[in-house]
Amino acid sequence: MERQDDTVVSLRGVRAELGSRPVLRGIDLAVRRGEVVALLGANGSGKSTAVRSAIGQVPVTAGEVALFGTPLGRFRDWARVGYVPQRTTTEGGVPATVTEIVSAGRLARTRFGLFRGADRAAVREALERVGMADRAKDPVTALSGGQHQRVLIARALAVEPELLIMDEPMAGVDLASQEVLAHTLREEVGRGTAVLLVLHELGPLEPLIDRAVVLRDGCVLHDGPPPRASADIPPSSPLRSSRGYPQPGHDHVHPHDASGAAPIRTGPLS
Amino acid sequence: MDFLNYALMQRALLAAVLVGVTAPAIGIYLVQRRQSLMGDGIGHVAMTGVGLGFLLSASPVWTATAVSVAGALLMELIRWYGRTRGDIALAMLFYGGMSGGVLFVNLAPGGSNANLTSYLFGSLSTVSPSDVTAICLLAAFVVAVTLGLRRQLFAVSQDEEFARVTGLPVRALNLLTAVTAAVTVTVAMRVVGLLLVSALMVVPVAAAQQLGRSFAATFAIAVAIGVSVTIGGTVTSYYQDVPPGATIVLLAIAAFVALTALSAPPARRRARPAAAARPAAARPAADPAGCTIPATRGAAEEAGA
Repeated sequence: MERQDDTVVSLRGVRAELGSRPVLRGIDLAVRRGEVVALLGANGSGKSTAVRSAIGQVPVTAGEVALFGTPLGRFRDWARVGYVPQRTTTEGGVPATVTEIVSAGRLARTRFGLFRGADRAAVREALERVGMADRAKDPVTALSGGQHQRVLIARALAVEPELLIMDEPMAGVDLASQEVLAHTLREEVGRGTAVLLVLHELGPLEPLIDRAVVLRDGCVLHDGPPPRASADIPPSSPLRSSRGYPQPGHDHVHPHDASGAAPIRTGPLS
Repeated sequence: MDFLNYALMQRALLAAVLVGVTAPAIGIYLVQRRQSLMGDGIGHVAMTGVGLGFLLSASPVWTATAVSVAGALLMELIRWYGRTRGDIALAMLFYGGMSGGVLFVNLAPGGSNANLTSYLFGSLSTVSPSDVTAICLLAAFVVAVTLGLRRQLFAVSQDEEFARVTGLPVRALNLLTAVTAAVTVTVAMRVVGLLLVSALMVVPVAAAQQLGRSFAATFAIAVAIGVSVTIGGTVTSYYQDVPPGATIVLLAIAAFVALTALSAPPARRRARPAAAARPAAARPAADPAGCTIPATRGAAEEAGA
């Protein structure tokens, strides 16, 4: 068993409901310092709910959630956490520039919201790391989907977090921005930041990921090294039939895996 | 400029400037949260406070402040807890507030609905020195909150969930926004009137959105428009003997129409090079979030094949 103070995110037996529908049915999940964990699964498998329960945005009906070894109810050290929500809620009715949005991510490191030179420098640096420094004064409405996502990631990086939580950071992102995001994330991981991210498919982030947790119907189906295409998953495995993750007919997404000759084994599922 | 010599007019202009600053200052956060009509609801609730002032022979400005703050807090609590039937509860609050006002005014000795009219549509001749003192104190509170906590209020209004994860006291800030909006309603009550308060919170902001590219610029432009139309409307009503509230709101709408017409060509100019530069990227930007996942899937399939 890992030491408690080494674990940055810990979910134990977590159950959660949306409306009256059980979405999480006893999830165990741990992310250790410097580790990159991907949460995979079909739509509706509970992966977004799992990360949102980890940061207190979904009430937990049973089980324990802890951040940096502190139970969530008593956790106040939010400057250690950077959060990238699913890109839906960020366009308010009033114009705002890229810098104004990213500055909101720095508030946890300020006293009463007063910005000093170091805070402005951190915002600038966060924008440089996602390659958006030249758009700093542009209104966010003028950005493409991928650029918008890069701004949201800069907002999470502005606080200089030790833990980065991202909900579908690649959804609706063009290929150029996906490359930039993968590069940014690689740098961030190099600094020792732990990352917990929800992904629909591994994609360009695959080499970064230390561990994959696959959810299905609110339960953990797999927790171990990221499953590499069809080789690790026997045809009889429920993984194959679960909608969304490795789907039959989607194997060609990973054409580099010479999977045909591999023997059938239960691998990480055993 | 002979109107400046009258004490009455001096008071009215001071009150008008304070309304022009405070209403758009809190209104911009309400617009950002898509709660543009919250001011209207609070205005209805404040009528009970005005009626209570008449009944108790107290200053209607202070009783309206007390009742509208209570109403705004109740609205915010309904927003948290009573999600399913929230709109019904709000409707009861609004129309109950209005009816309470009419009832209390008519119960007051010698009171009739005529007393309410100056509070509903604004009136310059009735702004008393004690009203001006109250308006100054309340306006100072609104300015302190909307400027002093602008980063926090911006973050909460922009993305409430993200604000919670940055550790901001989101519930306290939401309650503070509601209280500040309620205070602004009573600041504006004497000049523009309870029924038209909401217009001055929303219309200058909508007009400023046509020009502003940043939140800070939009804030400054909205306040500038607010002050211009309240001064313009007050002076007009001095010469023409029309209610100031109606004049101010019509001027604000005129400013909105003029700025929309002025800003349309630059908006097209901005859009054209952007569209030409990235035809491929324009599609995901325009898509709603629900359609983006199939789009990515399609792209990955093409790349893999």
